[in-house]
Amino acid sequence: MTADFAVPQVEFAGVSKSYGGRVVLDGVDLCVAKGDFVTLIGPSGCGKSTVLKLISGLTATDSGTVRVDGMTPRNARQTISYIFQDATLLPWRTVGQNVGLGLELEGGAAKQRDEKTAALLDLVGLSHVAKAFPRELSGGMKMRVSIARALATSPRLLLMDEPFAALDEMARDRLNEELLRLREERKWTAVFVTHSVAEAVFLSARIMVLAPNPGRVHAALTVDLPWPRTAALRTSPEFESLVARVSHALREALTS
Amino acid sequence: MKSRLITLANAVAVFAALLAIWQLILWIFRVPPYMLPSPWAVARAVGTRFPSLVAALAITTAEAGGGLIASVALGVVIALMFAQSRWVRRMLYPYTILLQTVPVVAIAPLILMWVGAGMTAVGLIAFIISLAPVIANTTQGLISVEENLVHLFLMHNASPDQLLFKLRLPHAVPSLFVGIRIASGISVIGAITGELYAGSSRVGQGGLGYSILYASSQLQTDYLFALVLAATVLGFGFFFLVMFLEWYFLHRWHESARSPEAE
Repeated sequence: MTADFAVPQVEFAGVSKSYGGRVVLDGVDLCVAKGDFVTLIGPSGCGKSTVLKLISGLTATDSGTVRVDGMTPRNARQTISYIFQDATLLPWRTVGQNVGLGLELEGGAAKQRDEKTAALLDLVGLSHVAKAFPRELSGGMKMRVSIARALATSPRLLLMDEPFAALDEMARDRLNEELLRLREERKWTAVFVTHSVAEAVFLSARIMVLAPNPGRVHAALTVDLPWPRTAALRTSPEFESLVARVSHALREALTS
Repeated sequence: MKSRLITLANAVAVFAALLAIWQLILWIFRVPPYMLPSPWAVARAVGTRFPSLVAALAITTAEAGGGLIASVALGVVIALMFAQSRWVRRMLYPYTILLQTVPVVAIAPLILMWVGAGMTAVGLIAFIISLAPVIANTTQGLISVEENLVHLFLMHNASPDQLLFKLRLPHAVPSLFVGIRIASGISVIGAITGELYAGSSRVGQGGLGYSILYASSQLQTDYLFALVLAATVLGFGFFFLVMFLEWYFLHRWHESARSPEAE
């Protein structure tokens, strides 16, 4: 799946944001095209998560504008799903009820909801635990439930805030591959935040390296690795040289 | 299974030892029965006065139970109000703490003056002193929802009603049960203490507290012991009922849910 650069899905124009006197973002311009997979990477305090909060309209800008699908973030919410660092499942609901939460809140018919929930559980390979409660699942499984819940409302834009940071490396790699497979199938645009350079290279079409204090875009790199990406890619020299380039840019961003 | 039998055997052994010591004290020190009746005399009192014992127990159960149910119902409503507005909470929460520090003995004469002696007065006392823990714990549960969960709901354009009934309220259920557990204990204490001051002497209306007062004035020490035993049974009953309800509602999903057997 390639990005259609003629159709911007997320646009930042001169966005600044401060929290309690500390400038978190300073004049950030950003464009995410339809079908793009953009990863934001950078040291702590560079405002990565703030970018996601602004796109989702959970916070407002101090100055500058954010447009999603040409609308204000709040108006565009229907088309956005957010995946948080922790799985944020409701512990009193079964896996199936958690996946159906978004549809339920948006007021769809129960029958349709059940069908979609079942299809998504099947998609992420969790049909067998549909009636289990979150506490019975491993960290990786919880995250898969969280992804299924995000996809249930058929979003056009998926925001992910370090979703796999708490997982061990094996689980993380597997979920990276699964995420790309789901993207092939469902065709959403993605804005992804991570601390892991390897993860960023594996997943992204483009990587934005952010610099801290105040947060700004330091470098933008295009990841021209072939799609679909498989586990074998991780050991290829092209992959490794990209990882080295991103790491280098990240070090620059820290000292700039 | 085997270890549970051993636990049971231990409990029975300790109980038997306590009875033996009790009886020994009576023999060695020649304690008169009106000071300390023998275990056997207490058992006989339970047997011969069983109907009046059960009647008193039933009355106190109704008073404590009614007070507890009312405090849970009103406590949850007040907690919901507190959770809706930080402003209301700041203004009224200190009074909850005040409520918690009011001693029964101080309010009982007032209640007696206002509504007269009887089950209503005692139920009211049980209600007042068991209200604070329900409010405090439920409010805590309602407002301590993780920020990302609120964000998740907002991303799906959840209404204030949905936020309350699908997120905050279910999230508060474990804390609510903590409150109920504390409240159930003090509602029994409140009812029995309340009866000492505001219990009715009318036939068929005297609960455990009133009967204890009466038995002590008549030096019916064996019956007094039987009444204390009944009060203990009531406290245990409330405790286990709440434990069971908590287990029933929480055991499937809550991390800290305990089975009644584990306690």
